[in-house]
Amino acid sequence: MNALLWTLLDLLLAAMLLGLGWAAVATRDLKRGVALFIAFGLLLALAWARLRAPDLALAEAAIGAGLAGALLLAALRDEPRHEKLAAAHSRAGLWTLNLLSVLLAVVVAWALLCALEMGEGLRLAGAVTDHIGQSGVSNPVTAVLLNFRAYDTLLELAVILSAVLGVLALGPARRGYGLPGPVLGGLIRWLVPLLIVTAGYLLWVGAHAPGGAFQAGATLAAAAVLLRLGGVDRAGLPAAAVSRWLLAAGLLVFLGVGLSLAGLGYGFLQYPAGLAGGLILVIESAATLSIAVALALAYVGGWSRSGSTQPDSTQGGSH
Amino acid sequence: MIDFIAIVLIVTGIGFFAVGSIGLLRLPDLHSRLHALTKADNLGLGLVTLGTALLAGSLATAIKLLLIWLLVLAASAASANLIARHALERGDER
Repeated sequence: MNALLWTLLDLLLAAMLLGLGWAAVATRDLKRGVALFIAFGLLLALAWARLRAPDLALAEAAIGAGLAGALLLAALRDEPRHEKLAAAHSRAGLWTLNLLSVLLAVVVAWALLCALEMGEGLRLAGAVTDHIGQSGVSNPVTAVLLNFRAYDTLLELAVILSAVLGVLALGPARRGYGLPGPVLGGLIRWLVPLLIVTAGYLLWVGAHAPGGAFQAGATLAAAAVLLRLGGVDRAGLPAAAVSRWLLAAGLLVFLGVGLSLAGLGYGFLQYPAGLAGGLILVIESAATLSIAVALALAYVGGWSRSGSTQPDSTQGGSH
Repeated sequence: MIDFIAIVLIVTGIGFFAVGSIGLLRLPDLHSRLHALTKADNLGLGLVTLGTALLAGSLATAIKLLLIWLLVLAASAASANLIARHALERGDER
């Protein structure tokens, strides 16, 4: 009876995901599409939770639904003329897109089928569980991201950095929002400190439970989004000179640790026994700040005009 | 006994959610719809939270659930206020 209920719930969840995904793409009204996309992201987080992947659920809710939603809404505000763009696509272009999407769907379905038919082949989860004692952390996701496959995470940070460099190259940020009313202002004053504390908690707890640098960075960035919505043009980011260093800090510290270890003879990102936990925390702390600054800058859309656009500007300080 | 109380609370909470959703679909203008949605859903979520907190089995989890409810309360009250104010300023009352 219980298992049947769960199956029904899962089927309902899957059906709603498909429905919301279709509706988000099919609607002509971009604003409605974004709202549906955010709802889709929240339900997807629920689906990850059902698959017992709470780390992914947290990341999906914070980044996939929350920050991506905020970014899309900000983009709509900046470029209202884009709403007409959908109608301007040529028929041939649309057919090419459809064809490519179908091809992609076939490839994904084939990959899934292969994975399902593989049976008891080589699975890495067992290897992770066997070696987690040596990783310096007890959360298997963090162990993989920051130890066993630290290389991948290092490159992910580089990808985020280069994406934000692209955003920055587009010029200064648009004008921010007006001052909020008393209700929103009050909410922001309450939520921002709470979000900062939560980010610190997520960073710390990542060592032994779901959490980590990406979730913590996204939570910090959410505080920045709230501040920007509340009329703080620079979204609480420090002056450009400091922000630039923070933006690069994750990659620099990660590389620095890796190269130092290589120089000491341990090999690139091969943590010595006993030091792994501490080194992972150092890297994750720097990565949290970098991810937060990167996401906040992407939301603001560049260096804010009212703040300093030059590294040596004297306009810094209070917002 | 605790299980029974929890189930009654959760079912009552779901009832409030249902009424709020019906209100969202049926009520004539934006302000009444907001009224139905935020008031009924907040109370519904409170009852569901209370019920799940009873079933949680540990005080720490119960406190976390309570904290979530308070955060949702604050967020939904603020967003209802924002939507209503925006509609009032634009004169768009549908």
